Amino acid sequence: MNNATSEADSMKSATEVIVDRPGEFARENYLSIHHGVKAWLLTKDHKRIGLLYLGTILSFFVIASVAAALMRIELLTPQPKLVTSETYNKLFTIHGVLMVWFFLIPSIPTVLGNFVLPMMIGARDVAFPKLNLMSWYIFVAGGALALWSLIHGGVDTGWTFYTPYSTTYANTHVISMAAGVFVAGFSTIVTGINFIVTTHKMRAPGLTWFRLPLFVWSLYATSLIMVLATPVLAITLALISVERFWGVGIFDPKLGGDPVLFQHMFWFYSHPAVYIMILPGMGVISELITCFSRKQIYGYVWVGSASMAIAILGFLVWGHHMFVSSQSVYAGMVFSILSFLVAVPSGIKVFNWTATLRKGSIHFATPMLYALGFIGLFTIGGLTGLFLAALAVDVHVHDTYFVIAHFHYIMVGGMVMAFMGGLHYWWPKISGRLYPEFAGKLAAMITFIGFNLTFFPQFILGYLGQPRRYHIYPPEFQIYHVLSTAGASILGIGYLMPLIYFIWAWRHGRVAGPNPWRATGLEWQTTSPPPEHNFEETPIVTGPPYSYSPEKDADLNLASL
Amino acid sequence: MEKVVEPKIYFRTGIALLVLLAATWMIGYVDLGPFNLIVALAIAITKAIIIALFFMHIKGSSRLLHLAAVAGLLWLLFMISLTLGDYYTRGWVPLGH
Amino acid sequence: MPTLTSPVSEDAFVGQQFDDIEQQRDAAKLGMWIFLATEVLFFGGLFLGYTIYRFTYGHVFVEASHKLDVVIGGTNTAVLLVSSLLMAFAVRASKLDQRRMLTGLLLGTALLGCVFMSLKGVEYHKDYTDHLVPRMGFKWEGADPGNAELFYWIYFAMTGLHAIHVTVGIGIMLVLALLAWLGKFSRGNHNTVEIAGLYWHFVDIVWCFLFPLLYLVGHR
Repeated sequence: MNNATSEADSMKSATEVIVDRPGEFARENYLSIHHGVKAWLLTKDHKRIGLLYLGTILSFFVIASVAAALMRIELLTPQPKLVTSETYNKLFTIHGVLMVWFFLIPSIPTVLGNFVLPMMIGARDVAFPKLNLMSWYIFVAGGALALWSLIHGGVDTGWTFYTPYSTTYANTHVISMAAGVFVAGFSTIVTGINFIVTTHKMRAPGLTWFRLPLFVWSLYATSLIMVLATPVLAITLALISVERFWGVGIFDPKLGGDPVLFQHMFWFYSHPAVYIMILPGMGVISELITCFSRKQIYGYVWVGSASMAIAILGFLVWGHHMFVSSQSVYAGMVFSILSFLVAVPSGIKVFNWTATLRKGSIHFATPMLYALGFIGLFTIGGLTGLFLAALAVDVHVHDTYFVIAHFHYIMVGGMVMAFMGGLHYWWPKISGRLYPEFAGKLAAMITFIGFNLTFFPQFILGYLGQPRRYHIYPPEFQIYHVLSTAGASILGIGYLMPLIYFIWAWRHGRVAGPNPWRATGLEWQTTSPPPEHNFEETPIVTGPPYSYSPEKDADLNLASL
Repeated sequence: MEKVVEPKIYFRTGIALLVLLAATWMIGYVDLGPFNLIVALAIAITKAIIIALFFMHIKGSSRLLHLAAVAGLLWLLFMISLTLGDYYTRGWVPLGH
Repeated sequence: MPTLTSPVSEDAFVGQQFDDIEQQRDAAKLGMWIFLATEVLFFGGLFLGYTIYRFTYGHVFVEASHKLDVVIGGTNTAVLLVSSLLMAFAVRASKLDQRRMLTGLLLGTALLGCVFMSLKGVEYHKDYTDHLVPRMGFKWEGADPGNAELFYWIYFAMTGLHAIHVTVGIGIMLVLALLAWLGKFSRGNHNTVEIAGLYWHFVDIVWCFLFPLLYLVGHR
């Protein structure tokens, strides 16, 4: 049943793909071996922890989506119909807080990263399994605090908590919400430390840095950002909480303090945070594009280096969120140039993914549909980021729907699609079964259509002058809002479908076998679902990753498994 | 197999630290103009380095640990210098006071 | 240089995710150093605020700094430096299987930590009666009382955050002392003490910066 019973087998490297392996459901696997609540709540298995995170972040995604739905319904009409302005402020705040800190930032790292990373490097688990479990509990505690704040009336400062409103004038539960995010931040830091140490210390024999799959590189780069940026968020939130509680603080003009200092500190974290959100997605795309075009990645070293470059450069651009905040023009110019620079590695990646497709053997399976969607939508989102990086243009579109469309193209069109793609790709490994392919393709296309209908009109709205965070607007903008809300309903269907069919497939999906995608990568060299310690024997790697060739698998049709 | 450090290294480090503390204290009573800050920081940095080298056993450890030890400081420098750049060009912070 | 070699008994302490004790130790050390890097940036936010305002309100900060009790501050610095020395010896004792010595040194470190906290408490009380606590009876006779209050806000925030870290450290040392007494750190299972030592030394390093930056602004 397992693939490493002999010496010859254990010498099987990442360069050899398992072929002609009949689909087998591993009877004894990480799920079957222990049962009951304690087996989940006290687990040290990175795979179960990944699933715990999956359930948790999905719950927050649902709550944040409800807030978005309410906002979009309210925005159908130029005058307030559904909610007061105060409530509307609370809606966009909770939407942002939950989506950023309780969905996007954890999503790929804690779910797919936790599940797949140790297997990808041939390890039995992460470096610190108990800390891994603790990170989940910390995350839940942070979420509980945020929900407590929400239940008691929420917060109306926006997810950005700008001073002096958040410290001095807001009448809402700022401290508890900030505390929730503060606590969740420690979950991020612990995960980051775990991944960095795991990648350095626990690679299988022969798995040198330049033989690592690009998903590992991107998780590594992400983890670097996690550990270096998140502490600054933590101290910033602590400072506004103390200032709020004590009545005075370092952002207070009464003492000669500068409210804009808050923005410097907040964005020093929050800009790298957006790279925490997107880098893992990019890593997933590298895995998907290679597998579903049956081709070696174009420019492996460039793509890996680009991840590192994004991680480092991403720390030097935060002031582009502050061009109109009264930050000096000279600082603005420096940040503007650096922001143009940080777009280059992202551009390199898009180019390299596209070049990988060229002369490949393309299989339009569901994960590939999401990956292709990512490339297109991320490109649009990224390019509009350059518009925003240009000082003069930003003066016009700052704090308008243009910005909202920009980051939703990257976060939803990019990141969430990458998450969906990765989830579909690794689902057979996680559950041992295939999801229904037709439903998968349909949901992917519905998502793509719904997404564009939701967010493209917002570019236009923003350029025409509709500010963000307003629910009252001039009647001539209504058509765009109506289109956007219509798109949001379609997008909702696109997200609901996988929720339903994944649950169905858990019991009733076709058995997948160890490697339904005929993919390279150590995670596919073990059974589906995997055994508790991932491998019967530690694999040994002797070659580079992605040793696909378009000619080799002529009989393969991954789009209809 | 773990290397065990001789006691005299620890004692010498401790004494050096206390000597540096005394120097910090004394500098605090002398007018060096803008150099008060620079000297005080230099002494503090020296203390930090010898604590890291000898008490925290960075001396003789891998390059990776050296990198981890330095990374936080480097990033802090990024944060402070770019932010200071804004405050300087807004007239808040007079350089060369 | 004496070395400790007991590979057979060490492997009893290796987690199943690791191949050997060496890998486990390396991983733990790297993990702690990365955590300390996060702490540098955590305190770093406060250092940023301090830097900006010290340069902006230089004169007031000098005056305000001179009202702090430099004797207590200096003594506390010495207390922490000596505690670091004890901690370094504790790590050494753990590697040499010296159970009593280890317990004593850990307790000594914790004790000096408590001395630090007590002196801090005395100092905070004195600051309060001198009307230097923002929003709690703050009174400033000189010019720019707002900026002076800003200095003291930063002073209490930085030393307060540091004090929280010292308290956590004391707790850790006491727990470790108990475990040491019970013989948990023998025969090669000493890495935990070394890791805790890294944390304690870091807390000491932070104070080495806080002392001159807060108490010795300008010159007296």
